[in-house]
Amino acid sequence: MPFRTASLALAASGLLLTGTAQAIEYNQVDATRSSLAFTSKQMGVPVPGSFKRFNASIAFDPARPTAASTTLEIDLASIDAGSREANDEVVGKQWFNVKAHPTARFVSTGVRALGNNRFEALGKMTVKGQTRDVVAPFTFKQEGSGGVFDGGFVLKRMDYGIGEGPWADVSAVANEIEIKFRVVANAGPAKK
Amino acid sequence: MPAPSPRYTGPAMAAHWIMAVLILVAFPLGVYMQDLPLSPDKLKLYSYHKWIGMTVLLLFLPRLLWRITHRPPAPLPMPAWQHRIAESTHHLLYLLMVLVPLSGWLMSSAKGFQVVYFGVLPIPDLMGKDQGLGDFFLQAHKLLNFALLALVGLHVAGALKHQILDKDGTLRRMLPFGQ
Ligand code: HEM
Ligand code: HEM
Repeated sequence: MPFRTASLALAASGLLLTGTAQAIEYNQVDATRSSLAFTSKQMGVPVPGSFKRFNASIAFDPARPTAASTTLEIDLASIDAGSREANDEVVGKQWFNVKAHPTARFVSTGVRALGNNRFEALGKMTVKGQTRDVVAPFTFKQEGSGGVFDGGFVLKRMDYGIGEGPWADVSAVANEIEIKFRVVANAGPAKK
Repeated sequence: MPAPSPRYTGPAMAAHWIMAVLILVAFPLGVYMQDLPLSPDKLKLYSYHKWIGMTVLLLFLPRLLWRITHRPPAPLPMPAWQHRIAESTHHLLYLLMVLVPLSGWLMSSAKGFQVVYFGVLPIPDLMGKDQGLGDFFLQAHKLLNFALLALVGLHVAGALKHQILDKDGTLRRMLPFGQ
């Protein structure tokens, strides 16, 4: 009995060792468990919305978070802006102009570790042909076999010309749009 | 010199006219705004409509409490059936003063648009988002408004009939001036 316990402990520590030696990288995005939501403010009223279709790719090694990278591609036509009337409106020319600019893109340029499982993704956000620098704080936690990235940032819609003409009136629809993302990724073989 | 005719109390008059004005503004605003194409102006008018309507709802409770503790002046001489119609109209008007804005509030909640009073004070939703219930309360709001329109019409016609045809000074009972 003591012998068995000891061998078990040995085996376990061996597993742990190989675990840390071969870096785990979270890079298999589980689209069904990931989400991209936002909240706009209309006349002071928070109106929740979301994008149903987006493509996220991610490579995140908790042991080397600053080497992480991610790309997010959003199918703008998949927007749910809270009501049918709003959905019809926001794909139009004055808002996203989906015909000319069907996707929005976020490409990370770096990740900063803030400690306590908190990080910051730096990157470039491109919407409607306009590119801006973005800093998106996020947290990382392991859940079962997957890694969960929860974060968000405030996007100023006027920086990208989202809502032109009469819609440039930020007293009706506020400039600040709160973006919230949740990306769930499973560990896979490191790609490099 | 005839004795001055009895009047409603000051607060009763104030509540009557303030709420009458609010309702008479909210109503045409509601009809007008819903046909507009989506625009910042439409969002603004919807908000103004909701704020006015919520004010009516807010004023109702103090008005009711005042009404319960302060009886209206004794009715003017008139046939019993007229008095009965006038009274039932008043009661139904009180009922609609609650049900109309309440159905609007329920509709907004169900449609997923919270009411934020004057753009600063978030008022709790009465239910979660539910498109089916949202459409139901929209129909309820319309129907109750239709009833409100009919009753206010009857109410005003009655007041004017008494004022102009019977010359019994009905209007003065609800007005702080004149004799
Ligand atoms: C005294 C109070 C109120 C009055 C007299 C009133 C009256 C009306 C009327 C006449 C309409 C147009 C109905 C139609 O013809 O389709 C309307 C629409 C509407 N009301 Fe009210 N209302 C009141 C309070 C409220 C409140 C408190 C809210 C919400 C908090 C509200 C929300 C709405 C909305 C959202 C619509 C438009 C529905 C649509 O999109 O078709 N109303 N109201
Ligand atoms: C939305 C509009 C209105 C509503 C909801 C409303 C409602 C009411 C209610 C509930 C009462 C009964 C008060 C009580 O005894 O407790 C009342 C009384 C009265 N209202 Fe209105 N009212 C409205 C508009 C008007 C208008 C436009 C007039 C003037 C033409 C008017 C003239 C009167 C008068 C004269 C009385 C006193 C009746 C009496 O002698 O007892 N009201 N109203």
